[in-house]
Amino acid sequence: MAQTNIQSGTSTDASLRRQLAEFWYYFSENRGAVLGLAVFILLIIIAIFAPWIAPHGPADQYRDAVLLPPIFQEGGRAGYLLGTDAVGRDILSRLIYGARYSLFIGIVVTCIALVGGIFLGVIAGYFRGWVDTVIMRLMDVILAFPSLLLALVLVAIIGPGLTGAMISIALVYQPHFVRLTRAAVMAEKTRDYVVAAKVAGAGPLRLMFKTILPNCMAPLIVQATLSFSNAILDAAALGFLGYGAQPPASEWGTMLADAREFIASGQWWVVTLPGLAILITVLAINLVGDGLRDALDPKLKRS
Amino acid sequence: MSDIVLEGRNIVREYHVGGGLFGKAKTVQAVKGVNFTVEKGKTLAIVGESGCGKSTLGRILTLIDPQTSGELLIDGKPINIAKDKVTTEMRRKVQIIFQNPYGSLNPRQKIGEVLGEPLLLNTNKTAAERRELAMQMLVKVGLGPEHYNRYPHMFSGGQRQRIAIARALMLSPSLLVLDEPVSALDLSVQAQVLNLLADLQDEFNLTYVFISHDLSVVRYIADDVMVMYYGEVVEYGTRDEVFSNPQHSYTKTLFAATPKSDVESIRARIAKKKAAA
Repeated sequence: MAQTNIQSGTSTDASLRRQLAEFWYYFSENRGAVLGLAVFILLIIIAIFAPWIAPHGPADQYRDAVLLPPIFQEGGRAGYLLGTDAVGRDILSRLIYGARYSLFIGIVVTCIALVGGIFLGVIAGYFRGWVDTVIMRLMDVILAFPSLLLALVLVAIIGPGLTGAMISIALVYQPHFVRLTRAAVMAEKTRDYVVAAKVAGAGPLRLMFKTILPNCMAPLIVQATLSFSNAILDAAALGFLGYGAQPPASEWGTMLADAREFIASGQWWVVTLPGLAILITVLAINLVGDGLRDALDPKLKRS
Repeated sequence: MSDIVLEGRNIVREYHVGGGLFGKAKTVQAVKGVNFTVEKGKTLAIVGESGCGKSTLGRILTLIDPQTSGELLIDGKPINIAKDKVTTEMRRKVQIIFQNPYGSLNPRQKIGEVLGEPLLLNTNKTAAERRELAMQMLVKVGLGPEHYNRYPHMFSGGQRQRIAIARALMLSPSLLVLDEPVSALDLSVQAQVLNLLADLQDEFNLTYVFISHDLSVVRYIADDVMVMYYGEVVEYGTRDEVFSNPQHSYTKTLFAATPKSDVESIRARIAKKKAAA
């Protein structure tokens, strides 16, 4: 008996490891995805260890070093690798601290949208009928607005600030998750194993969240990654418009907004560098999302 | 006379179809007034072509779908799930086994959880007791305790069907509805699973409602046979009566359509071919 127990233990480990290995095999076929993952992990490390990596504080002003160019350009100074902005703050340090904001926004927005979307989507897909109609028409209404415009309106209602921006972006992204979950639940609901669980005595709640939901996760994970990057982008846009994180927060969009006056002048680094940071982050996460889709979607699998 | 486990009186099931913008709503009768009784420990086989309502009837018997009208009695108690909630007591009496063993097991659930779930939901047994019972049941259906922690995708079709049978038996039901349990399996595995079912019937004194379109299987396992045709019962009697002396024309066609593989019939077929050539 002891021996069989050991056997069964190793067999599950092996199965999990095999699944992971298979996942990694398909994921690593996509070079871009691996590159994106590397950049993303680097970004997380930077965000976590920001106080130790950054050479200066994000809000420290150096009056003797206003609008210094990056070190590789004439006039740059060794202490300020990527130059300083209009009030003498080190841009590199602000970018490093800004990574914290961006990742935080991405995580919070995705979590709110994911949890809310899954909840509504599962209910709509499982019960159908008028519940489904009410939920889906509500989501259609949200989808009918241009997303940034709706986010702006919601921020105006909730009040400007990082929290308001995150909540409103999450609300705007909700319908995508609801639709995806509903479609997946409707497809799974008619399968025999669900009926079998019903005959075994499972109630609606157990059927919805324990039996059906785990089998619908693959498309949701992909959608979550993609909206992670979109959330960062939208939060930056809101920050640029002055409705997101408020100065002196070193959020990348807010940094862009502060630098608006330098867009046409010679101090290109004040504008370009936060923009580049946003671009690289979003690109990396999107690449990871594409790789995840290829690895998790059985229809795209080349066996 | 032994006790009757299952009785159907005039069971009707209707589906409402259409009713769109331009189409008129139609009512389709999938099951039209079916009567039958099954005694304890016996097997009733329901035979018929695809779409004749036999699976619909099976779903009504398993308390998955409600009947539109008519009475369903399980252990002498009338039940109509359209009106009353299904009690755990009722749930424990009837279980079902599906045709496709690849779809009837949750791919994200370990075998141990699959078997433990009915106990978890319907009894107050502790985790250790559930584990012990599941292990015992695995051995009974011809698998081993080492399969407890595996996932469904690691099993073959025949093994999966054994797992499905084990799950259905966990609550020690008195009635088991088998919805074409062997038609998705290849022949040698079919025989194994049928033998297993016959053994389990003896061991637990189970009553089977066996839905099938395979007459050789029915001849092997059934005590009574009910032939359905477009929702109606066209023939109902003991196995020997139905097989030796079919009354309805559809039953006769059905028997004539069964391929025969004994030596005599093969010789006759060859002789016929030669005569024609």
